[in-house]
Amino acid sequence: MPEKPAERRPSQPPSQRRHPLAALTKARLLEFLREPEALFWVFAFPIIMAVVLGFAFRDRPPDPAPVGVVEGASAPELSAALAHSGTVRPRAYASLAQGREDLRTGKITLLVEEAPGRGLTYHFDPTRPDARLARLEVDAAIQAARGRRDPSPAVEDRIHEKGSRYIDFLLPGILGLNLMGTGIWGIGFSIVNARLKKTLKLMVATPMRKSDYLLAQMLSRFVFLIVEVGLILVFGVVAFQVPIRGTLAALSAVTVLGALCFAGIGLLVVSRARTLEAASGLMNLVMVPMWLLSGVFFSSERFPSAVRPLIRSLPLTAVNDALRAIMLEGRGLATLGVELAVIVLWGLVSFGVALKIFRWQ
Amino acid sequence: MPSSTSSGLAVSCRGLKKHYGDVRAVDGLDLEIRLGECFGLLGPNGAGKTTTIEILEGLTPPDSGDIEVLGRRWGRHDRELRERLGVSLQESRLAEKLTVYETLELFRSFYVRGRSPEQLMADLSLEEKRDARVGKLSGGQRQRLAVACALAGDPELLFLDEPTTGLDPQSRLQLWDRIAVYKAAGRTVLLTTHYMEEAERLCDRVAIVDHGRIIALGTPAELVAGLHAPHIVEFSTEPDVSDEILAAVPGLGERRRRDGRWLVGAASLAQALPALIGALERAGARPVSLSTHRSTLEDVFIALTGRELRDA
Repeated sequence: MPEKPAERRPSQPPSQRRHPLAALTKARLLEFLREPEALFWVFAFPIIMAVVLGFAFRDRPPDPAPVGVVEGASAPELSAALAHSGTVRPRAYASLAQGREDLRTGKITLLVEEAPGRGLTYHFDPTRPDARLARLEVDAAIQAARGRRDPSPAVEDRIHEKGSRYIDFLLPGILGLNLMGTGIWGIGFSIVNARLKKTLKLMVATPMRKSDYLLAQMLSRFVFLIVEVGLILVFGVVAFQVPIRGTLAALSAVTVLGALCFAGIGLLVVSRARTLEAASGLMNLVMVPMWLLSGVFFSSERFPSAVRPLIRSLPLTAVNDALRAIMLEGRGLATLGVELAVIVLWGLVSFGVALKIFRWQ
Repeated sequence: MPSSTSSGLAVSCRGLKKHYGDVRAVDGLDLEIRLGECFGLLGPNGAGKTTTIEILEGLTPPDSGDIEVLGRRWGRHDRELRERLGVSLQESRLAEKLTVYETLELFRSFYVRGRSPEQLMADLSLEEKRDARVGKLSGGQRQRLAVACALAGDPELLFLDEPTTGLDPQSRLQLWDRIAVYKAAGRTVLLTTHYMEEAERLCDRVAIVDHGRIIALGTPAELVAGLHAPHIVEFSTEPDVSDEILAAVPGLGERRRRDGRWLVGAASLAQALPALIGALERAGARPVSLSTHRSTLEDVFIALTGRELRDA
């Protein structure tokens, strides 16, 4: 510190300072990037979720069903016929009792037994669809191997069209879910924390504009947005060949509007909350209904038609519907007027109300 | 910095009142702080110091009262006032994940003109901690950073709410030194404290606050001189002596007990000490300890309220 009072005078000229909005946005970004847990929830979680669900619903022929064959004179011939069919996987059993034990515990779906004089017996549980299916396949394979000829042979046309699989439906939903989660969580917790620690109060004691502070929270979302949306999209395209039939411009527009909308909702949700508990309760209150209703994991068309208009007016439904329309149907923004209006309206109203009722101390 | 006040006052307020439910936090407080002085609000916890300073900072609206800060008024000139004031709050915490430099850069950005992060770090001896995260700083370093943030706009008037509470003695001395240098540049400081030593070391004038009102005002020397007894004799005896015995000793003033010892005021040590020792001898009480000190603001507070500052 200069010891002579005269040396204190030279203040830094105004031109050398950063713009407060830029400085606030930078500070927010740095804070976020230095929070490992937050990074995980924003970036790793949606990817992990997509991988798990993607594998669960992956697109490939069904596993051949395990089928038991009880030891007997014809057993080798039966096993060979079943193995040849490719639709079931035969396994040999020394006795009927052992086979039934494994059938009961679900290790095999069906048990074949051929006793001299009694012909073929299929042991299976008819309430299990896969067991009924196995019965048809086993019977077809054995009868064909023993010389049965079909009166009307049929040819199969198998469809594996990209864009109509479950993962194609799911990925835009995860994108929307992530936009909502990071918008509301990312903004909510940082604001409640700053309020709790009185950092907010300290800042309103400076000439900082309050709208700059709130805008910086929303702007810092953009940087994360590019990373998180990019990650999920690249992952979906590379790992699952999820199609993007519409333009990238339309896709970007919807994600940016969606992110701003959820950031506004995030601000509103925590505009008064004084504790982290109150804030997380409010956030869940807002988000859980949308997780369930807004068509993330299954289409919201499955709900009764009476509540569908209500569901369609939720911001996450609008974001999900718009993302699916662009990615899967290749539609342009011009055809998505209703969805875009819902998104923009939610964002503007939330931000406006949040700014009005925000608690700074 | 030349202020636009014609009166030479940095702060003037009259009839300040603030209630929280049934609690009268500030109860009709009048205050005038002159430009260029360091003014201390001294009082126990809960006396209304923080409420008062936050009203003057424009953070808490008063229920009633007339306030002028640097010749301006809250509600009309907020933005201009915020540019000219520096504020350090009690118990406010800066973002832990940012470094010292990043924090100062952020606060600097809020003001049109001010001191650069480099200058601020030099002012508060934080250069070595430039790239340290706020969460890793010691209590003293954090508090210096809080003051550096308050100085980011090169303010004319600096508000410090309990700037050294909870700091170790060395950190406290270091911060006092920094505040003294700021004041030496002709700036005005308003600080609250419940450390009498802090008030005596730093403040040109002190207002003692209790139950939301000012009960004494003056320079530390004036306040102490206002006591009947400029000296305090502190002693303990075996066996203990009674109040009546001490009351009969000539030259002794007000008496009080603390931790089994007597603290007795005295106008003149030359007169009081021989008389006291004679009286103790006659009573058969052997002195175990005996010391004297000049009266402090703490003694002033006790004389005014009958309570001690720290546990009031």
